[in-house]
Amino acid sequence: MKPAPFSYHAPRSIKEAATLLASLDNAKVLAGGQSLVPMMNFRYVIVDHIVDLAKVEGLAGIKVGGATLRIGAMTRQRDIEFSPEIAQHCPLLREALSHVGHRQTRNRGTIGGSLAHADPAAEQPTVCAAHDAVIEITSARGMRRVPFAEFPVAFMTTAVEPDEIVTAIEIPLWPAGHGYSFHEFARRRGDYAIVGAAALLDLASDRTVRRASLTFCGVGIGPLRMSEAELMLTGKCFDRAMAKAAAATVRTITPVGDIHASADYRRHLAEVLAFRALRDAGARCGTRI
Amino acid sequence: MATLKISLTVNGQSYGREVESRLTLADLLRHELDLTGTHVGCEHGVCGACTVLIDGRTARSCLTFAVQADGCEITTVEGLAPAEGKLNILQQAFQDQHGLQCGFCTPGMLMTLTELLRDNPDPTESEVRDVLTGNLCRCTGYAGIVSAALEAARRLRAQQER
Repeated sequence: MKPAPFSYHAPRSIKEAATLLASLDNAKVLAGGQSLVPMMNFRYVIVDHIVDLAKVEGLAGIKVGGATLRIGAMTRQRDIEFSPEIAQHCPLLREALSHVGHRQTRNRGTIGGSLAHADPAAEQPTVCAAHDAVIEITSARGMRRVPFAEFPVAFMTTAVEPDEIVTAIEIPLWPAGHGYSFHEFARRRGDYAIVGAAALLDLASDRTVRRASLTFCGVGIGPLRMSEAELMLTGKCFDRAMAKAAAATVRTITPVGDIHASADYRRHLAEVLAFRALRDAGARCGTRI
Repeated sequence: MATLKISLTVNGQSYGREVESRLTLADLLRHELDLTGTHVGCEHGVCGACTVLIDGRTARSCLTFAVQADGCEITTVEGLAPAEGKLNILQQAFQDQHGLQCGFCTPGMLMTLTELLRDNPDPTESEVRDVLTGNLCRCTGYAGIVSAALEAARRLRAQQER
């Protein structure tokens, strides 16, 4: 249960970090270490070099500009959870974070680290999918911005190349007063979700759905957006029957069953949690169903 | 073997050491600094026995490399008691409310609750139970630990008011 030997690098700037990654073989980026270090302790991950981003200037922070929220990749989950800007502009992220690990791990864990790790049950990528976030990725070759839909590419694998670093997350904001809700089922509080559901709703005063977003974690290799449900809701009057019907669209999904839950059970959970998330998102923008 | 020089403060005392980069903070505390109050259980961040404060925030010392703690202020369970042979309010409440049996998880429990009571002097039972999800206890069933936390919160508030 001790990691294999490695060389430790603590660059001070993005440029220095990117140069290191471009030149070192078998190197891995260390953010908060709450997923990577357990894997190193188990020796699932054996690397020659660790590039720690903790001392890199300018990678942590939350900024709201116009209709976009920008979160530095090294922002600790605990700082996001208690940020007044997040509570005001992106409350879905705050609610999702209450399900992420424990206070002791959120104190160290970062949003960029969670995205790069890409666990299929993780909550933060799910919020990014729900909000159509854009991931900023930097390397010695330059900077590129990847829409979240193109970010997960396979099981626990993202679009981030070995010489690249996730540097920021840009979240397009929904209108003030929008409805949001994150529900998940896990065997114990703080465990990885078996299934989670994130809903966003923008309702007109006559209950017409102007826009809807419904996303799941734990049912595929990455977050799953239910565009069928979103299309069904948009333009319709938001009521209980409509929310039930939208939740029922998940009956067509094909989750992978594992030791924790069968595919059928995950599909069942997804439908139940989708309804609850839509119902609570509706209540938060003034419509009880 | 890759080694690095680090300096850090533990319970108010400064230390300098040359360490292997793969050495965890937990092992630095226990094996290099002889602070064996911090216990190591699962070594993958699940059990919470190794919880310490890093710059005032709880963290798993088994998931932090000693080199990451360079320049940081660490508080361990040894830093809680006001004097040799004396217990602080939280520790005393653990003794009074039967908040421990075997004692293995206790250092982590105390550090987690130290942070909670500092940030939230009047927690509800549910808030106490929520932070304790990060610390496993296999003896007590948590009831004594939760009572100890709530009792310590009451005593700390009473002390503040005096």
